[in-house]
Amino acid sequence: MTLWEYVEDRWDLILFETAQHASMVAQCVLVAALLGVLIGVATYRRPRLASLATASSGVLFTVPSLAMLGLLIPALGLGVAPSVTAIVLYALLPIIRNTVVGLQGVDQLVVDAARGIGMSRQRSLTRIELPLAWPVILTGIRVSTQLAMGIGAVAAYVSGPGLGEQIFSGLARLGGANAVNSTLTGTIGVAVLALLFDGCFVLLGKLTRPEGPLSRRLTTGGVRG
Amino acid sequence: MADQSTSGVPIELRKVTKVFPGSGEPAVRELDLNIPAGEIVVLVGPSGCGKTTTMRMINRLIEPTSGDIVIDGRSSHDIDPDRLRRNIGYVIQQAGLFPHMTVAANIAQVPKMLGWDRARIAERVDELLTLVGLDPGQYRDTFPRRLSGGQQQRVGVARALAADPPVLLMDEPFGALDPISRERLQDELLGLQDDLAKTIVFVTHDIDEALKIGDHIAIMKAPGHIVQYASPAEILTNPADDYVEQFLGAGSSMRLLRLTKVGDIEVDQVPYASEDADAAEVLAEIERHGLDYALLTDGMRRPLRWVGAEHLQGLTGPVGSAGDPITGTLHHRMTLQDALEALLNADNDVVPVVGRRRAYAGALSLSTVQNAIQAIKIRERERRLHRGETGAGR
Repeated sequence: MTLWEYVEDRWDLILFETAQHASMVAQCVLVAALLGVLIGVATYRRPRLASLATASSGVLFTVPSLAMLGLLIPALGLGVAPSVTAIVLYALLPIIRNTVVGLQGVDQLVVDAARGIGMSRQRSLTRIELPLAWPVILTGIRVSTQLAMGIGAVAAYVSGPGLGEQIFSGLARLGGANAVNSTLTGTIGVAVLALLFDGCFVLLGKLTRPEGPLSRRLTTGGVRG
Repeated sequence: MADQSTSGVPIELRKVTKVFPGSGEPAVRELDLNIPAGEIVVLVGPSGCGKTTTMRMINRLIEPTSGDIVIDGRSSHDIDPDRLRRNIGYVIQQAGLFPHMTVAANIAQVPKMLGWDRARIAERVDELLTLVGLDPGQYRDTFPRRLSGGQQQRVGVARALAADPPVLLMDEPFGALDPISRERLQDELLGLQDDLAKTIVFVTHDIDEALKIGDHIAIMKAPGHIVQYASPAEILTNPADDYVEQFLGAGSSMRLLRLTKVGDIEVDQVPYASEDADAAEVLAEIERHGLDYALLTDGMRRPLRWVGAEHLQGLTGPVGSAGDPITGTLHHRMTLQDALEALLNADNDVVPVVGRRRAYAGALSLSTVQNAIQAIKIRERERRLHRGETGAGR
């Protein structure tokens, strides 16, 4: 059976697994982005806290994903729970780090001006600092997404959902019928998904860049009515 | 607009001290400063003298360690800092514009926080852009990055003026500009101030800028205290000590001429009257002054024409359109050097001097300038003699 015949034969299953994979990655990255930006915002003004946050997520980062998943089994069992936990943990580091770096990189003159004209800390953060740090934060989220794609595949090791199932079952039956086809399908599927997601990020980045169309509409529209 | 704008309020610093945590020496030490309403007061001194710290304590970007700052009779300590700052315009070096917002949105920030409606904000933005010399249609929707440094700083000034605050704080606003733009923006600021009469606290390390801009100048020295607080003319002719003299640099009479404004010397007074004044009365006034001409002004006391005694002879009723149009005016903010240049090129011996809102303030002739130069020279010579004696006596 050729790869094409294999895919045609199991089209529904593969589509289902791809959708599962995409959905898992998207949700995990969303959670990681919310957590990561929050942690970044909470720590960026205090250099010691900020480096503590980056360092501890950095330590997590060094644990091999397979080992991490294995370690999570006793606590969380098999299936969705350990997969999601592992992916979120790995996705945190780039987001926290880029949030801190992005916020610290905002021109201090601009922040001083915001405070000087009477913006509260919070208003300065939401109207000035976060929008200006956004391209850097978005890059962090983009890196996290690529990371989550790969780890999402490995999550099949703990019976997690997604395309990893194709890879692992293929590897388990190596030499058997369709083993290579199965592994290839999973791998290519993950790669295609990763490219698709990345494309979305490029588009999102263009739309939301500080001087981009969205920003222009928001800031100008707010004034001109 | 200028007629309805809020003019300045007095600011008083009382024994204000700031000690930053972890530093032994105070950045500002028991500083007393009275800033009169509607004046430009310049804090000037070398870096590290505490001038910026002093200014930033006025809008509480830095909290004083002790002492009190009273703005228009109210202790700033009793006002919520964010609310306080919305009523104090703030202009900083390189303008500090928000790069992700259009020019209009930058200017609109304070009115937005104050809850103005959109139509009013849009109207105000256009008004302010016009005020600072930028065409609203062209610049309203551009981003700061596309503007030159001078244009950015104009937007910075417009943003500070947006909600019409009585007080402006300006922290080396023109420091990063090229000399030509800097000079032009200084002139424009002085022009604006003539109409707006805000209380402006201006920080700079450039003594020439201070002498040009300030109604009063506070020369500061580390650690955070004022060595001399006086008008530019007084600082030039009577520096308090060697530190001030050193800070002023080589001071010649020519420099004094360049830095003395028309308004600083005693200008001539000529009889002036509005166009609908009675010709006979104007004539009588001319004779009372022992001159043979008078100045005709409009209803706002802006000079229009010179009218000679011979024009009025035999005229009854209002003066009307008699006389010759004036060919130019001198501004009371002009330097004596510029005034001299204008006088040498003028058609008449006497040129009217105008002040706030271009209203009549006096007149100037070459001989008056000459006398003023003499007076300055004499004052300087006496000062040097005096200093020489006291120096020898020690």
